[in-house]
This record gives sequence, structure tokens and C-alpha cells, in this order.
Amino acid sequence: MIYYLLFFTIHDVLRAEKILKKHNISIELVPVPRNLSSDCGMCIKLDGDLNIVKPLLNAFEMDKCVSYDGKEYRSVPL
Amino acid sequence: MIYLDNAATSFPKPKEAVEQALHYIHNIGGNPGRSGHTLSLEAARIIFEAREHLAHLLHIKNSEHIIFTHNGTEALNLAILGLLKENDHVITTSLEHNSVMRPLTYLQKGKHIDLSIIQCSHKGELDIPKIKRQIKKKTKAVIINHGSNVIGTVQPLGEIKREIGDIILIADVCQTVGAVPINCETDNIDILCFSCHKSLYAFQGVGAMYIKEGIQLTPLRFGGTGSKSESIEQPDFLPDKYESGTPNTPGIASLLGGLTFIEHTGLLNIHHTEKEITKQLVNGLSSIHDVTLYGSHDRETGIPVVSFNIKGKLPSDVGYQLNKRNIYTRVGLHCSPMAHKTIGTFPHGTVRVSPGYFTTEEDIKIFLEAVQTIAVNNL
Repeated sequence: MIYYLLFFTIHDVLRAEKILKKHNISIELVPVPRNLSSDCGMCIKLDGDLNIVKPLLNAFEMDKCVSYDGKEYRSVPL
Repeated sequence: MIYLDNAATSFPKPKEAVEQALHYIHNIGGNPGRSGHTLSLEAARIIFEAREHLAHLLHIKNSEHIIFTHNGTEALNLAILGLLKENDHVITTSLEHNSVMRPLTYLQKGKHIDLSIIQCSHKGELDIPKIKRQIKKKTKAVIINHGSNVIGTVQPLGEIKREIGDIILIADVCQTVGAVPINCETDNIDILCFSCHKSLYAFQGVGAMYIKEGIQLTPLRFGGTGSKSESIEQPDFLPDKYESGTPNTPGIASLLGGLTFIEHTGLLNIHHTEKEITKQLVNGLSSIHDVTLYGSHDRETGIPVVSFNIKGKLPSDVGYQLNKRNIYTRVGLHCSPMAHKTIGTFPHGTVRVSPGYFTTEEDIKIFLEAVQTIAVNNL
């Protein structure tokens, strides 16, 4: 499953990236898919286990998290 | 050439600052956090890293509470104009720079804030209990010049904050940041304002501030942030709330280089080196006949900023004579008329000498010989 992690600021995107990379979690920074938000920024794309990521991002105030199974985008509670 | 005007801006800059800026200019160039392509992202990364390094230097837990501005003056304006409302009372000192005094005077006239100015001694000492005695019900903030840009005295921020309790402490650390240790956490500082082109070694055009969690300011600039673009309202999250518009990314890249230089060299090593060179300067000047030194001569706590005059000579004439010998100082009032009134040198001011980390003993020796010559000759 692919997840898109959306934050309010580019600062938080980069802060989250730093933390996740420190824990060797493979992620990619990608432009926010236009159907998820009209924001013009970047978000984190995770191809892996959300449950490992969740506790690492506890301190963040996130905009939203969306899963994508290749067909549908679904909002995932955090 | 001997550059002794580091209190105006540091020169030369360390190679790390130049290299980081050139790296950005040659290889990155994008607008940070705006466009979602690699170059925009790399630019955002530089700003993110500069913020993280600043947070480390100043002992700030969350780096999003650091806001980039275009200079120290803008940071102080955001703190003062963004915080104070009509009828608020504010306390400050007679050592403040015009970047504090002018916005306060503007508010005093236009918005009728109540302003108390604590008179410091002619040596630059601040009687801290005096601040407490000035506190009223409507006192919103106390604004303190941490290190004087005229005489180099340093005020104890932590002690002042303990004295004023919940009242907001705004510290102007333009002259001290990067030169002496500052700890926002243990000193419980509310708002810290500074320029980055002095002892943080960035290029000109970068300032920054720290705003403690829970303090809300009215932004000075409204506009694009690269976030919440669907909304026509200013975002209320940090750092975007206060950072509308394209930042000075090459300048912030140079700041990142400057901070790396400080980390590699060690803040305490820098502090020690500057203290020793200032001692040499103060001792040398003290032994020249007809030289008057201002401020406290205790160089254990001060910063490398020294003001003097030669009896019977205008500071402008002394500065001119030094300049003819390729020695660069700053003469006059240093944008701080009240500080000069405090030390008794208004309206002519002083000759200010501000060495930096790269100043050598030989530089000071040549400078002192030049002052000696100027003092004895009728030039």
C-alpha cells in the first residue's frame, strides 16, 4: 500500500523526512497529488508499513494521511 | 587593510559561508518550498538546515519557532509592532539601538503605548531591581539590549527574566549571538531578535528571531507562503505565518555556512579569542595619553566592542585619520543616540572599534600605534 503524508509546512515535511530517514524508512518526497489538496507544496510518499511510521510522527500536527491501493485514495485516521 | 568594524558587519566571512552561498547560486537557485521540483526542494532544505543549526546554537527545542527576516531591525519591528497594542505598557533601557527606540517612539505617538525607559549608568550597567519597580498592571513587555553596540556591555538575560516573571522578555541579541553563549531554554527567553551578518557570519540581508510557543504576533508581511494556497487568509502555523514572500535564500545559505564554521571552531573558542584580542585593545588604548575609554573595562563578560575618544579631537577626525591608514572603524552615534547620552558622548559620539575572530594581535598593534600617532600629532 502507498501512503501520502501531508503536512502544513515544508518545514514539517523536511523535519519528518529527517526523522524517518534516521530510522531507515524508505520514503520519497513528491509534489502533493492535486486530487488530495490544492496545496502547491510537497508531501511524503511511503511505500510500506504505516504502523511503523505512526509512532515516529506523534509530535507532528499533520494535515492528513491518504492511502492509495492503485485505484482509490482513502483518508486514513492518524 | 585592518577591518575593525565587525559590530556593523563581520568581515571577512569564513570560507564556509561563501562556499554555501556559491553552492546555492551555482547549483540550486530554486525558490524554496514553492514549486515541488528538485531545485525548489533543495533550496527549502538549506533553509530547514539553517533553522535546525540555529535551534541547536540557541538551545531551542522546535526550530519552527525560528523565523527568518531580512535583518535584525525587521525582527525587532515584528516583535514590537506585532505584539504591542494600544495602552500597553513597555519597559526598555537607555542603551537601546534605534531599531528598538524608533518603533517604540512611533507606537508611543501613534497608538499611545506607555513607555518607561530605565536609565543605565554611564558605564552601561543596568540596575535590574529598577525594572521590577517600573512594572505596572498593563506592562506587556520588557525590551533589553543584550550586548551594547556602543560600549560592549552585556546584560544578564536570565536574571532579568526571573525578575519580571510572566511579562514578555524581548531580547535584542544582534551583537551577542554567535559571540557569547545564549540559552533560550534555561534563560526562559520569550522573543529573541538578531541579525545574521555579524557574529553568525552570513551575508547582509538575513535576520532571524525566536518566538516562544504561545506568543502570538501580528505579522508584518502577509502573502504567499507556498502552503495553504487555496486560502486567501494568512496561515496561522509556524514558520509560515511570519515568512510571507520569497526569502533571501543565498543569504540563508551563507548563514548555514557561518553556523557550520561556528560549530567547527567552537563558540567558546571564538568567545575566548575575541576576549583576548579585546583585552589587548583595551589595555593598549588605556595606556595612551589623552584617550578616554567608555563603558565598563571588565572584559570578562563583554563583547568585542570598544568606544573611545581622543581629548580635543572629534571622533570623525580620528576616524578619518585612521581611514587614511587603511584602518576601518566606525565613528559617530552608531544609531544609538540614547546610549551616547547615557555615556555622555552625545552629540559627537565616539570612535568605535570592533575586532572580530579574524583580527590578529598584529592588527591591534598597528591600530594602537596609529592612535598613538594621531593623539600626539596635531592632525
